Amino acid sequence: MTDKPHLDEEALTELQDVMEDEFDILIETYLKDSSDRISYLHDAIGSSDSDAFAKTAHSFKGSSINIGAPKLGELCLKAEEAGKDDRLDDALEMVRAIESEFQRVEQTLKRFLE
Amino acid sequence: MMENQALRILIADDSDSDRLILQTLMKRLGHRVRSTANGSEAVAVFADYQPDIVLLDVMMPVMDGITAARKIKAMAGEELVPVIFLTSLTDADALARCLDAGGDDFLTKPYNKVIIQAKLRAFNRMRQMHQTLSQQRDLIRESNRQLLDEQQLAKRVFDNIAHTGCLDADNIRHHVSPMSIFNGDILFACPRPAGGMHVMIGDFTGHGLPAAVGALPIAEIFYGMTSMGFSGSDVLREINDKLGRILPTGMFCCAAMVQADFHLNQLRIWNGGLPDALLFREGRQRERVPSRHLPLGVLGASRFDPAMEVFYTNAGDTLLLMTDGVLEAENTQAERYGEARLSAALDQANDNAAPIDTLLSAIERFTGQQSSQDDLTMVSLDMVVASDFQEAAEPMPQSALRGPAEWHCVYELRDETLAKFSPLPLLLHICMEVPGLRRRSADIYTLLSELYNNALEHGVLNLSSDLKSSPDGFSDYYAERERRLEFVNGHFIRFTLNHSMADDRGQLTIACEDSGRGFDHSAQLALDEGSPSVSHYCGRGLVLMQSLGHSLRYSECGTKAEIVYDWEYVTKQPGTGHD
Repeated sequence: MTDKPHLDEEALTELQDVMEDEFDILIETYLKDSSDRISYLHDAIGSSDSDAFAKTAHSFKGSSINIGAPKLGELCLKAEEAGKDDRLDDALEMVRAIESEFQRVEQTLKRFLE
Repeated sequence: MMENQALRILIADDSDSDRLILQTLMKRLGHRVRSTANGSEAVAVFADYQPDIVLLDVMMPVMDGITAARKIKAMAGEELVPVIFLTSLTDADALARCLDAGGDDFLTKPYNKVIIQAKLRAFNRMRQMHQTLSQQRDLIRESNRQLLDEQQLAKRVFDNIAHTGCLDADNIRHHVSPMSIFNGDILFACPRPAGGMHVMIGDFTGHGLPAAVGALPIAEIFYGMTSMGFSGSDVLREINDKLGRILPTGMFCCAAMVQADFHLNQLRIWNGGLPDALLFREGRQRERVPSRHLPLGVLGASRFDPAMEVFYTNAGDTLLLMTDGVLEAENTQAERYGEARLSAALDQANDNAAPIDTLLSAIERFTGQQSSQDDLTMVSLDMVVASDFQEAAEPMPQSALRGPAEWHCVYELRDETLAKFSPLPLLLHICMEVPGLRRRSADIYTLLSELYNNALEHGVLNLSSDLKSSPDGFSDYYAERERRLEFVNGHFIRFTLNHSMADDRGQLTIACEDSGRGFDHSAQLALDEGSPSVSHYCGRGLVLMQSLGHSLRYSECGTKAEIVYDWEYVTKQPGTGHD
C-alpha cells in the first residue's frame, strides 16, 4: 500500500556525517524515546485519551522523519490523524503496525551502529 | 565575516533525538546553542541568554511553541529576535497560526543542513539590518533633540543681540512666529538719535541655522549704526557689504528698510525683493511700494544702490510690510494665499480696522488650523504727530566735545585692491567717530564716494564721462569700467583726512589723490552746468560736492581733489525740522 522506504539511507548518512561521534548517542536516544512512546500509545488507548494518543503520535512522527525512517513516520501520521479525529477504534491495530515497523527499523539502525 | 558570525541560538523541542540533531547541527555550523525541552523553559531562559534567533517546536508539553513565541516576542520588544518554528506540520491553518503568533519562518523535518544554514544567514542579516535601523533612528532622535536644544540656546543668544528694539512702540504692530529666526525671517525696529525710527523686515534664503547665522550681523549692524545716527541708506550699504562678504553664493536676504521721520512727516523706503509694501493714507487709494532692488548680499559695494524712495505722509497714515511667507501661506488644499486674496481682504476691510489685523484674521480663516506652520512676518508702522511720539531714543549720548577732535589720517589703496575693495565704509566710520559729524553722515558719505569714484573712474581707469551721455551709454560705461579694473596694477588712490574743531564748530578736510593722468575738471563742470539733460546722468558729482563742501579745489592737473567741509553742532530742537 505504501511505498515509502523503511529507512532513508541518504538521510542517515548525512546524519552520521553531521553527528560524528554523537551519532551513536542519537540512535540510542531515538530508540529509547521510541519504545517509551510505544508504551504511551498503549496507555492512551487504555485510558481512551485520543488527545494524548495524537500528541504522542505527532512527536513520534517528527523524530522518525528526522532520523530517516519515513515509513514509520507515515504510520505515526495516520495514528495522529485518528487521534485528532477521536477515532480510537482501529488504534490498537495501528500501534501494532507501528511496533512491527519500529522493530524493523531498530534492527537496521543497530546494524548502523556497528 | 558577518555571514559567518557565531550566533546565540535558543532551541525548544521536547523530542530528545530531534533536539540532539538540531543542537549538533548548529554547533557544527559554528553557533552557540542553548537547548530547552518546552516553551516554558525557553521563555524562562530567554531574558538571560539573549539569543539572536529562537527555534521552537510547535507541539510541546507544558507550554506549546505558539504561546512561547508570543511571550518571547513581547519580551524582545523593539528588538527583532527572529522566531523559527520547527515542524512537520503540513496543514495550512496550523502554519498560519504559527505566523500569527509572531513566528517569522518554518523549518521542516527532516532537517537539511544547507537550508538551515541559509535561513540562519538570512535571518541574521534581517536582524542586523533592524538593529542598524533602530540605532540610526535612536541617533536621529537624539540629534534632533540636541538640535532643538541648540536652537533654543541659539535663540536666547540671538534674542539678546537682535532684541525687539522699539517694536513695542505704540505706533508699531507686528506679527512674527516665535521661532522666526529659524525660518529665516528678521524684524527689527530702532529709534534714531535724531528722532524717528528705522524699521527693518527681511527674509533669508534658506532655513534653520544658516539663516539665523546671517541674521546676527544684520541685527548688530542695524542696531549699532541706527543708534549711532547713521541714515537708513548707510545701514543698508553696510549690511549689504557685510552679507556679501559672509554669505555663500546663492544665499541672500530679501529685505525692506524704512526710515520714518515724524517731524518731516516723511517715510523713506527701500525694498529689495520683498512683496510690495503698502501705504495706507486717509481718503486715498493705498499705494504700493514695490521692490526696486536686488536683495541684500547680492551686489558688490560699487553696484549697490542704497537710495531710499521718499514719501510725504500725514499723521495717521500706515505703512504695511510683509515677507513672502504671507503670500505663500497655504490652506489644506495646498493653495497659496497669494496677491489676489490679499488685495480682496484689504478691499473689503472696514476702515477702522488696522490693516495688519485684517490680514492676519483673513489668513487665519484661509489656512484653517495650520498655525504650527506659521511663517508669517508682518509689521505695520503708523505715522504719528512728532510730539506724540514717545521717543525712546536718548539724546545724543556724547556732547559735541567728546570723541576725537584733532586728528589726521592717510589711507592709501594700491594695485588690485582698487578693484576689489571699497574704502568708503571704513573712511565713513572714522569720520563718524566725531559726534558732531554723525548727523551729517549722508553728506560725508556723498563727498567720500564722489571723490573716490572720480579718482577711480576718471583718474585711475581714465574713463571719460562722455561715455555716459545716454542711458545705453551707462551700461557700456560700466562694462568698460569692469574691464579696466582688471589692469590697475601700479596705481593708487590716497585719502588724506584732517579734522580740527573749536567750541562747537569743526572742519573736516578730505583730500583724494590718484595715480592717473589727471582730468580737466573745468571742462567737466562746464559740461554739467551747460547741459542739464546730460547732468541728470553723470558728472553731477562735482556740482553736488561743491554745494555740500565749503570749497572744492583741484590741483596737480586734476589728480588731487580737496574738499573742506565745515560743520556746526546744533542741539536738537523737538518739533522742528533737522537733517
